[in-house]
Amino acid sequence: MSLVRQDFREIQRLVRPGARVLDVGCGTGDLLELLQKEKNVDGRGIEISASGVAACLAKGLSVMQGDADRDLADFPARSFDYAVLSQTLQAVREPKKVLSDLLRLADRAIVSFPNFGHWRVRLKLLTTGRMPSTEALPEPWWSTSNIHLCTLRDFTILCADLDLRIEACSALANGAPARPIEPDRPIENWRAESALFLLSRRTAGSGEVVGRAQPDLFS
Amino acid sequence: MSETLDRSHAIETGGGVIRLDRPLRLDSGLSLKRVDIAYKTYGRLNDDRSNAVLVCHALTGDQHVASAHPMTGRPGWWSRVVGEGKTLDPTRYFIICTNVVGGCMGSTGPASISPDTGQPYALTFPVITIPDMVRAQAAFIEQLGIETLFAVVGGSMGGMQVLQWAADYPDRLFSAVCIAAAARHSAQNIAFHEVGRQAIMADPNWCGGDYASRSLRPEKGLAVARMAAHITYLSEPALQRKFGRELQRDGLSWGFDADFQVESYLRHQGSSFVDRFDANSYLYITRAMDYFDLAAQADGVLGEAFRGAKGLRICVMSFTSDWLYPTAEARIVVRALNAAGARASFVEIESDKGHDAFLLDEPVMDEALSGFLMSAAFARGICL
Repeated sequence: MSLVRQDFREIQRLVRPGARVLDVGCGTGDLLELLQKEKNVDGRGIEISASGVAACLAKGLSVMQGDADRDLADFPARSFDYAVLSQTLQAVREPKKVLSDLLRLADRAIVSFPNFGHWRVRLKLLTTGRMPSTEALPEPWWSTSNIHLCTLRDFTILCADLDLRIEACSALANGAPARPIEPDRPIENWRAESALFLLSRRTAGSGEVVGRAQPDLFS
Repeated sequence: MSETLDRSHAIETGGGVIRLDRPLRLDSGLSLKRVDIAYKTYGRLNDDRSNAVLVCHALTGDQHVASAHPMTGRPGWWSRVVGEGKTLDPTRYFIICTNVVGGCMGSTGPASISPDTGQPYALTFPVITIPDMVRAQAAFIEQLGIETLFAVVGGSMGGMQVLQWAADYPDRLFSAVCIAAAARHSAQNIAFHEVGRQAIMADPNWCGGDYASRSLRPEKGLAVARMAAHITYLSEPALQRKFGRELQRDGLSWGFDADFQVESYLRHQGSSFVDRFDANSYLYITRAMDYFDLAAQADGVLGEAFRGAKGLRICVMSFTSDWLYPTAEARIVVRALNAAGARASFVEIESDKGHDAFLLDEPVMDEALSGFLMSAAFARGICL
C-alpha cells in the first residue's frame, strides 16, 4: 500500500463519524470522498490548482481554490472538528503559522509529513554528502517543493512551542501497517519514514484549558 | 404556458411575456403596478418540478440565452453553455431565462408604456435595483408553479443576481453558481458606468430621456458608452494579442479616422450595440449595478446577508485577468458564504481574456460548472 494510502487509512481511522472535516491540499478529493463514504463526514477542501478543484466539484465536494499559506483565513474560527494537512506541511512557506491556523479553525489537526530524521536520510547525507533523495523525497534540492523539511524531533519541539497537545502519533512506512509510536523517543526519529500526528490546543487564546484528548484512540 | 411553444424539435422551447399577478414592490419605496416579464425556456419541467434552472443575464444580455437574437440574428449569448449535449442540457433541465425589469427586450422598462400616462416611461420609470430584479424573477418563478429552483446561474450582473437570490430566497434554491461577479460595485466600477451614462446624457438626441416620443435615438452617446464599457470587459494582453498596433489600412491617415484596428473594433462594438439596446435601459441597469452592495443590506456584514444560506451548495468562479470583478472580490464573497455555513466552492480560472471570459471558450470553467451541476443534480435526484 502506498504511503498516501497509508495516510488516508490512518486519517480515516482517527476521524469521528459525522465530523466536520477540512482537507487542506485536497488534490482531486480522494481523501474527502473516502471520508464522506466511510465516515459520513461533512467535508470541505482547499486545493491550489483549478483542475483539482474542478475534479472535486465533479465529485460533489465543496472545495475552495487557495493555498495553506494564504487562504486559511477564509474560514471562521472553530468551523471544523478536524483540519487535515496530509504530506504538505514541508511544502508550505510558513509551517508554524499554518499549523496554528489549522488549530484556529478546527478543534483538532491531523498532520503528516516525511521524517527527515529517518535513518536512510541520515545515512545518505553522511555517506554521499549530498541532499538525500528517497522514495518519500524524490526531487533534487533545486526543484523540490519540500522547502521546510523537518525531523520528528523538530516537529514535537514546534508543537510544544505552540502549546499543542499531541493526542496520537503513528509511524507510516511504505507497505507496512501504521504503527502507534511515542514521537519523543529518539529511536522513533530513526525508524519512522513518515509520521502522522493528531493535535489539539492545550489552551484557548485566553489561556483557559480546552477540551479533553480524544479518548477513543488506538483502542 | 407559452405563446410560442415549439414542438417541432426534440427540445421544447418556450417563450413570450408573462404579466406578474401583483405589483412589484421596489427598494426605492415606489412600486410598479404592471410588470411584464419576457422570457425564454428550454426543455421540459419534470413532474416533481425539481429540474428548473434560472439563468440570469448580464448588463446588456437578454432572455435569448441559447436562441438566435431576434434583432441581430446572432446565436444566444450563452449558447456555448446552454443546449443539447452541453453543460446546461435541456434534455435534463428546464432552463429559464428572463429579461430583467428595466430591460428593453420585452420586460417592463423605461421604454415601456406607462399605464398612467399612455406614454413611454422614459425617466419617470422608477430607479430599480438588483434586489428588485430578483424579486420580479422570484414572482415570475412562483407564477410558473415552481417552488424551488434546482439552480440559479449567472455571470457578471447575472452573478450579482445569483448572490441576491442566495441572500433573499435561499429556501427556494437547491444550488447556485456565481461567475465573474462581486457583492458590491467598486468605485472603479461606478466610475466607468458614470462615463457611459454621461456619454448618453450628453447626446443632444437624448432629450432628457424623452427621445422616444420625438422619434429620436441617442445613438452616438450609447455607442460611446458601449465602447468605454467594452474596454473594461477585456484585458490588456487580450487587446494586445488581438490588435496590437495593427493598422486598418497601409499607413496613417494623418486625421481622426479609425487608423488602428482596435479603434475600428470598438466603433463596430458601439454601432452594433445601439441597434439592439435602449439608452434609458442602459442608464437604469447600470444604476442598479452601482447601487448593488449586498453587505449594506445587512448592516455592513456580508456574512449576515447570507445567514439563510446555511448548507446551500454554491460555486463562485473568477478569472485571473478580470479587473472589473477581480478574484479578491470573489474571495470576499466566499469568505462570507463560509462564515454563514454555506457549502461554498471557489475556483479561480487562469485566463487572459478578461471579464468577458465567462462568455468565451474556457474549458476549466466548463469542467467546473458541469461537475458542480452534475453532482448537485445527482444529489437532487434529477440525474439519469
